[in-house]
Amino acid sequence: MLLIECPWCGQRDQTEFSAHGEAHIARPTETATLNDEQWGNYVFFRSNSKGLHYERWTHDFGCRRWFNAVRDTVSDQFLVTYKPGEPAPDAKQLTQQLSDATSGTAKVSGV
Amino acid sequence: MKPYSLWSLVRNGISYDKDWQQAWRSPEPKKHYDVVIIGGGGHGLATAYYLARECGVRNVAVIEKGWLGGGNTGRNTTIVRSNYLLDESAGIYEHAMKLWEGLSQELNYNVMFSQRGLLHLAHSVHDMQEIGRRGNAIHLNGIDSEFLNPQQIKKMLPIINLNCRYPVMGGLLQRRGGTARHDAVAWGYARGADDMGVDIIQNCAVEGFDIQNGEVKGVRTSKGLIGAGKVGCVVAGHSSVLAEMAGFRMPLESVPLQALVSEPVKPVIDCVVMSNGIHVYVSQSDKGELVVGAGSDAYISYSQRGSFDQIEHVVGPLVELFPLFSRLRMLRQWGGIVDVTTDRSPILSKTPVKNLFINCGWGTGGFKCTPGSGHLFAHSIAQGEMHEKAAPFSIDRFNTGALIDEGAAAAVAH
Repeated sequence: MLLIECPWCGQRDQTEFSAHGEAHIARPTETATLNDEQWGNYVFFRSNSKGLHYERWTHDFGCRRWFNAVRDTVSDQFLVTYKPGEPAPDAKQLTQQLSDATSGTAKVSGV
Repeated sequence: MKPYSLWSLVRNGISYDKDWQQAWRSPEPKKHYDVVIIGGGGHGLATAYYLARECGVRNVAVIEKGWLGGGNTGRNTTIVRSNYLLDESAGIYEHAMKLWEGLSQELNYNVMFSQRGLLHLAHSVHDMQEIGRRGNAIHLNGIDSEFLNPQQIKKMLPIINLNCRYPVMGGLLQRRGGTARHDAVAWGYARGADDMGVDIIQNCAVEGFDIQNGEVKGVRTSKGLIGAGKVGCVVAGHSSVLAEMAGFRMPLESVPLQALVSEPVKPVIDCVVMSNGIHVYVSQSDKGELVVGAGSDAYISYSQRGSFDQIEHVVGPLVELFPLFSRLRMLRQWGGIVDVTTDRSPILSKTPVKNLFINCGWGTGGFKCTPGSGHLFAHSIAQGEMHEKAAPFSIDRFNTGALIDEGAAAAVAH
């Protein structure tokens, strides 16, 4: 990790950032009809993935803006960072990128 | 199994220590067990031990991906205490404390349990209110807790700097708290369980579950399919990974937690010191090393490494509280992966898969409850219903809302 690519500021030290858990969890729209189980699943249950993890970060001691990232939770390597609202990168392609990177055949973009 | 005793020490000393028995076997897995416990850490081994010892279930296997006690059991700061706020927590942690108090005798294995006292420091009005509320709650639950003023703290810890940047205003002391030798806990339980016929199978990774009609029938491992009547999953940081194999999700996040150890010195602190406010906890091992606990990182990771800035964040307050330590060199630093729940309380629960039980979510403080967790989990697996002391810690609480919020008592900031 150590260096993180902020989509606005570029590469900055990890200590400028803070992590805020899993990304792309949409708040349910029909909140009036949700039961306890659905609410609990939305609020507390997480993928906690070993491998690719889509997550939210903020650049606290920089531009103070939020962004999304895909990181490999085994090596802590960031595969890509992107702005909120942009579509989530394809997991299959990133997995390929990661396996190429570990086998030394390609350079990983981002950090 | 030949018991360890003074006599056995003398006899084996005379024979140049050549005749010690091996502490446990390394058997090949059988085709089928009544109970398979996944995870050969303290909690898993304790579960197997109490299944055999108290529940009469002896056809048990413990399967472990690496080696015994090589995960968080061998990576924690060895602290034992039962000073939690809520009744449910008092029930489970004090249950463990009472088992700790007789554990070396019970196992015929010296776990070096040392009730040297555990002191929580308060540095602000808010801290004082927190220890006030919690200290009285602990007292009402029949567990020892005492308030100390700064003068009493200074008397107990002459090397402390009370007038540090955030001056020490008071403390909450549990005299029955202390430390134990973490490896010995795993080894003692392993030896005891093995003696009663439990197969401990190391270097055996779980690759999946054999689930038929919503009921677990076995575990697929790197050593083949192992049939099981019931399965107990006790794998800490990897609980979500195993749950995914079984087809359900967990309310957990796995994050790195770090600790470090200094060079050994003569005795300087004879109790465990914890401070939530400035975030440091430290004790001195019997070997003389200072054992220092750092904070956890906020991001999910399975790397067993934390970030560097966490080390600075713990060493700063340590040196501020104990200026004497500024000359010490740190010898080792490591990380473990802890599975944290939102309410900072563990999960001991049935799962959506029949006969698959899970014991996880101990977060940053599972070591202290090793005997209690194993004991209650063993009884729950044997009965097929959760023990009354374990029942409040069901996964269902995240859907019903009956959370057990121990955010303050958990001590590690996360």
